[in-house]
Amino acid sequence: MRAPSSNETALGEVLLAVEEVSLSFGGVRALTGVSFDIRKGEIRAIIGPNGAGKTSMLNVVNGFYQPQSGRITFKGEVRTSMRPYAAAHGGIARTFQNLALFRGMTTLDNILAGRALKMHRGFFWQLLRYGPALNEEVEHRHRVEEIIEFLEIAAIRKIPVGRLPYGLQKRVELGRALAMEPDLLLLDEPMAGMNLEEKEDMSRFIIDVNQQYGTTIALIEHDMGVVMDLSDRVVVLDYGRKIADGTPDEVKRDKDVIRAYLGESK
Amino acid sequence: MPTIDPVLDTLPKLLIHNADTFGLRPAMRHKDLGIWQTWTWAQVLDEVRAFSVGLSELGLKRGDKFTIVGGNRPRLYWAMCAGQALGAIPVPVYSDAVADEMAYVLAHAEVTLAVVEDQEQVDKLITIADRLPRLAQVIYDEPRGLKDYNHARLFSFEDVQAVGRKKLASDPECLRRWEAGLREGKGGDLSVILYTSGTTGRSKGVMLTYANTIISARNANEFDKLDEREEVIAYLPLAWVGDYVFSYVQAYTAGYCVNCPEAADTVLQDRREIGTTYAFAPPRVYENLLTLTMVRMADAGGLKRKMFDFFIAVARRWGEKILDREKVPLYGRFLYAVGNLLVYGPLKNQFGLSRIRIGYTAGEAIGPELFRFYRGIGLNLKQLYGQTEASVYVTAQPNGEIYCDTVGKASPGVEVKISESGEVLYRSPGVFIGYYKDPEKTAEVLTPDGWVHTGDAGFFDAKNGQLKIIDRSKDVGRLRDGTVFAPKYIENKLKFYPNIREAVAVGDGRDFTGAMINIDLTAVGSWAERNNVVYGSYQELAADPRVYDMIAQHIDEVNRSMSEEEVMAGAQIHRFLILHKELDPDDGELTRTQKLRRGHIIDRYGPLVEAFYNGSSVAQITTEVTFEDGHKGTIAARVAIRDMKPYPVRTAAMERAA
Repeated sequence: MRAPSSNETALGEVLLAVEEVSLSFGGVRALTGVSFDIRKGEIRAIIGPNGAGKTSMLNVVNGFYQPQSGRITFKGEVRTSMRPYAAAHGGIARTFQNLALFRGMTTLDNILAGRALKMHRGFFWQLLRYGPALNEEVEHRHRVEEIIEFLEIAAIRKIPVGRLPYGLQKRVELGRALAMEPDLLLLDEPMAGMNLEEKEDMSRFIIDVNQQYGTTIALIEHDMGVVMDLSDRVVVLDYGRKIADGTPDEVKRDKDVIRAYLGESK
Repeated sequence: MPTIDPVLDTLPKLLIHNADTFGLRPAMRHKDLGIWQTWTWAQVLDEVRAFSVGLSELGLKRGDKFTIVGGNRPRLYWAMCAGQALGAIPVPVYSDAVADEMAYVLAHAEVTLAVVEDQEQVDKLITIADRLPRLAQVIYDEPRGLKDYNHARLFSFEDVQAVGRKKLASDPECLRRWEAGLREGKGGDLSVILYTSGTTGRSKGVMLTYANTIISARNANEFDKLDEREEVIAYLPLAWVGDYVFSYVQAYTAGYCVNCPEAADTVLQDRREIGTTYAFAPPRVYENLLTLTMVRMADAGGLKRKMFDFFIAVARRWGEKILDREKVPLYGRFLYAVGNLLVYGPLKNQFGLSRIRIGYTAGEAIGPELFRFYRGIGLNLKQLYGQTEASVYVTAQPNGEIYCDTVGKASPGVEVKISESGEVLYRSPGVFIGYYKDPEKTAEVLTPDGWVHTGDAGFFDAKNGQLKIIDRSKDVGRLRDGTVFAPKYIENKLKFYPNIREAVAVGDGRDFTGAMINIDLTAVGSWAERNNVVYGSYQELAADPRVYDMIAQHIDEVNRSMSEEEVMAGAQIHRFLILHKELDPDDGELTRTQKLRRGHIIDRYGPLVEAFYNGSSVAQITTEVTFEDGHKGTIAARVAIRDMKPYPVRTAAMERAA
């Protein structure tokens, strides 16, 4: 009866590959020739000091920014430009560094909103409140309830999210992303601003999502301890360039990484 | 001694009887994925039988001990009965116990099989597996996160039931054998071992027979006229005798429905949806409800707040009298009726207590103000005094004879007497047969002629003949000048204030009383928000001088009320401080049922106690704390001490004494 350690999960095929991506805003180069891949079923971390281009990288992956050069291959399809809604349709879900929830809506409605893409019946069917639209909604509600149970937020089901503490709002946002049943889940600093206990809870949920639903996860995080414990592989960015890529242990020993984080002794 | 019907003298026999008599009535509900799922008595029998046969296939047999660890989930209740049907003995343990505590109990009880709720409990058992060589199998209810575990000795609840169902279907003799085995059980058999949380020392395993609990439960059902139409919500720890009797034995004897909440933190909403008719709760639960209400009211608009205050005052004046059917003038009744429409009704609805007929409070003394508040808004709240060793019931208050400072008359079938030293003793059919593997402790508590020493100091009230409990007999002390010092009495007075979550009074053998306070983070936090007090942690808020001012006001009021009481006036609080951390069961400061472990606290905070009496105004303290995941750390703090001005003693008797 031994609990398996993380990092042991076998790595699958490449789900998303980023090749030589460069992005600049006017004269500011946010990313310069970055390449890495995300394999099916893994937890992949993107780390780096402030301003290293982590969030830019995430925004490129989900189509919010268009890179000036480079190639992105997602599920075997090469794409040069894409809009965020297309990314969502393609199975990429994300959470945000500074929360983007509907504050006046309840937890339940926020998570149901994540199912919007999966609702197939049109406006008029839904007006009818009978037949296919109703069945569809029952099914979606069932999925949402599973997520609510999974994330242990039953007690706040009917509370408007604006009234919830920050840590719980983060959890609701994760719930909404899960409701999309994504192939790739992007988490932008899921632990920012949390206390130790909330961080531990969140880490557990991330591992559970990965193990139970088999969801591939790419996360950006500042907290090095969390990253090293959670992820299978880590990409390190510094000033928009990739400086290291490998397992947490490899990355931890890398000279460039140590220099980027701790500065250089002269 | 009352005897027990030999046909229905065990819980599994009662289950079969209920499935015949109440077949289609609901026996159990559980909210799952947001929807209440219901099982009738016939369905419960089916579930229990399948699991029971499965257990027997796994090798569980008569006399084996098995443990139940987890929250209030239907399957865990079924597991108890399923094991009992085989003659095995359930040993439920507190699910929030840390691994170490659990290891002691499980090793002591020699359990061979465990039925647990989820991964968290499985992990806990894995970490202590080397200390439990007898534990051969673990069965879990919730599969989440357990997929990749080694399943050689780990089974899911469904798997075990499937094994049972298959056996029942393939072997026509199996059902008869199972029922025959079940019929072998007798009322006098050991039915359960409940480990008491123990305010002092190691927990002790209280052994109760079927007859103990069934007779007690039947008497209680009759006393309060409970039948199969009751709805209760099960939310107290499974390992507590209160939950065992109330959510299991009384339900099986009366045939009522037990509702399991969706999660521990949804009980309030779940209770509202169900509308329980009968409730059983430690004072803390009522206290938390009231605190929550007061905090919300403080945030409400001015008109609502005025209306609330006005009608609560009306309730205080007339509510209890109306509840006890006393004479009340017409305008009092009118105001109360309006109040019921505008305030009490909606409030009770919010609490999920609209349909309640009887609510008991037990486990600890309840603050008089708190008690009056609930009775004032029309809740038939009664007090009960019980012990694990008595299968709960020792005394209870009959309808219409309710006093806030007594715990009632001897329950049906119970004899109660006071020893010469002032200790309460009782004798009843519910009295336990002994502590498991501890004849010495048993002999200390249980006399050869069947009387049990409660360890509580008490007396019968001269006016109404009901029992009054002062405190644990060993806790009642004296100040240096000989004044009676009853710490719990003082603490209960303090804890009525929503801002005070916990209080520890010290003073035995000292010159005066000092009080250590734990503020309530919900209440004080909301106050801080309204008054622009910025804080980053409990520790910071607790040290704020404005919080001290507020607590000083409460203590002043307590002192004034004590100055009017003959016995207590001399023990007014002279100095107090606010503790820098919340008292926590993980640090051994509270028991798992949230009772203070005063001796341990006084040791732990020794420097603070000394500071009360050496006149310093600030004390330095470093304490070790245990985090939820078992890590240890230390907290260092400087704690300020405030002086209070006691009131002159105003009772006639004290003047004579002075």
